[in-house]
Amino acid sequence: MRILAMDTSNQSMSVAIIENNQILVEKTTNVKRNHSIQLMPTIEHVIEDANLSIDSLDRIVVAKGPGSYTGVRIAVTVAKTLAWTKEIELVGISSLKVIAGNAQQIEGSLIVPVMDARRGNIYTGLYTYKNQELIELERDRHVSAKEWAQELASKHEIVQMIGTDLEKHLPIFKPYLKENLLLLPSYQQLPRASVLAMLGAQEEPTDIHTFVPEYAKLTEAEENWKEANPNDLGGRLIEKY
Amino acid sequence: MKLKRILAIETSCDETSAAVIDNGTELLSNVVASQIKSHQRFGGVVPEVASRHHVEQMTLIMEAALEEAGTSYEELDAIAVTEGPGLVGALLIGVNAAKAVAYAHKLPLIPVNHIIGHIYANQLVQPLCFPLLSLVVSGGHTELVYMKQAGQYEVIGETRDDAAGEAYDKVGRVLGVPYPGGKHIDEMAHQGKDTFHFPRAMMQDDTNDFSFSGLKSSFINTVHNAQQKGEVLDKNDLAASFQAAVVEVLVKKTIRCAKERKVKQIVLAGGVAANKGLRQALKEAVSEELAETELIIPPLSLCGDNAAMIGAAAFTESIDSDQLDLTLNAKPGLAL
Repeated sequence: MRILAMDTSNQSMSVAIIENNQILVEKTTNVKRNHSIQLMPTIEHVIEDANLSIDSLDRIVVAKGPGSYTGVRIAVTVAKTLAWTKEIELVGISSLKVIAGNAQQIEGSLIVPVMDARRGNIYTGLYTYKNQELIELERDRHVSAKEWAQELASKHEIVQMIGTDLEKHLPIFKPYLKENLLLLPSYQQLPRASVLAMLGAQEEPTDIHTFVPEYAKLTEAEENWKEANPNDLGGRLIEKY
Repeated sequence: MKLKRILAIETSCDETSAAVIDNGTELLSNVVASQIKSHQRFGGVVPEVASRHHVEQMTLIMEAALEEAGTSYEELDAIAVTEGPGLVGALLIGVNAAKAVAYAHKLPLIPVNHIIGHIYANQLVQPLCFPLLSLVVSGGHTELVYMKQAGQYEVIGETRDDAAGEAYDKVGRVLGVPYPGGKHIDEMAHQGKDTFHFPRAMMQDDTNDFSFSGLKSSFINTVHNAQQKGEVLDKNDLAASFQAAVVEVLVKKTIRCAKERKVKQIVLAGGVAANKGLRQALKEAVSEELAETELIIPPLSLCGDNAAMIGAAAFTESIDSDQLDLTLNAKPGLAL
């Protein structure tokens, strides 16, 4: 199976093509650039470098968030549109799981990917390896770093923490996790589309039209609305004509 | 290269739209998913919510437009997309979807200015003749655009503060009507009379510019003063008075510019072009004062944001068959 995978959830961008679980091409950047400008040209180059065409792909895998709202939407929009217009399978994988996929395969150790979500908050999740498969133990979430540090400490397990934003929040986690905290070298912190592709190879394809990013958080306007209107059931918000 | 059939995409604000159009004038489909109901919850467009809805709708709407037109990708000659101006997060969805479709099917990609799109909505009614003057009025714009010939845009007048549609929305909030206020105020205005005589800002000055913030303040002060005195004002009269002030300035300046520039056509454009009071007043003024000048007013379905107008505008561009700039980005502040 030939897979094109892409991740623009945060500052870094990664695009890869794998074939039968072998990497053919991978490009990862970690400089402040504009994903909207860079993503499509990068996809074009990666497909060219693999000596392939868009028509020869079997599946597209995209990091579906959480992360930068705009960043996540760029890869999701491109992946969704390519999959729809070319009738290719589509799989979405948690952007946190992609980072967790960089962890060492230590059976039983907890894996905690971290992204900064501003104001002392993070996007994070809880993963582990079971029978050599990366599985989600608890749902991805938006939480204060301190609250999460306390929760992790109460588990009394080895915790591998990963992510380029981790450094910013380490002073909060260190005192709670102490010697149970396991850190990885910097080259293992960046999300890699090859890892994303391999994770996506194992999943069932999703419905393309209804596929949306996983923001892990409502917008502020929606939160306020929900609070003020607890009985609102939503209903039709979009009218087509 | 000669263009025939275009798939056009528009996502600059709170409408996700896709259209298929032939020869710049024949509409095969024009599908719009409006988010108005969603943003009504918040009393105005919330950009992040708008972006989220666009991702939900984009492929569905493109598919609906292609199906309704009964066309295949092989029959398409180009993809057109709004690159700006508009909300950046909203524009990004259309731009990236358009790039993906163009790349996947090796089609040229034509970026279109949203304002030019509004002007070219009129091309779907009848051919544009130059020189022409366009009054562009919407929630984000109030501009007089002079076109000496096709492809030349000169902004000869614009608002110095609020856009006309923006003033409508703000006044609508004071009157307690749902977002967007324009349609409701228009209806109320037809039941009332201009009894408050709000100021006609910049009516007598030499420029072709507009200002609506003074009118808005005057309106709000009138309502607040009455509230403090315990007086009840007739809401329909308030609406009629507000609308009369907006429409009079828009129409007077449009007519004055049209006379100065001796244009062949006056074309109305933008969401506020749906306003019945404005449509009526402009028709009357043109027939009274500029009998030789042709007035084009788009049907209501083409006044609001839609992709058909983007396709109509794209058709005027001369392009190469291999024109596909995959680095195309959203340009939220794009000027004419």
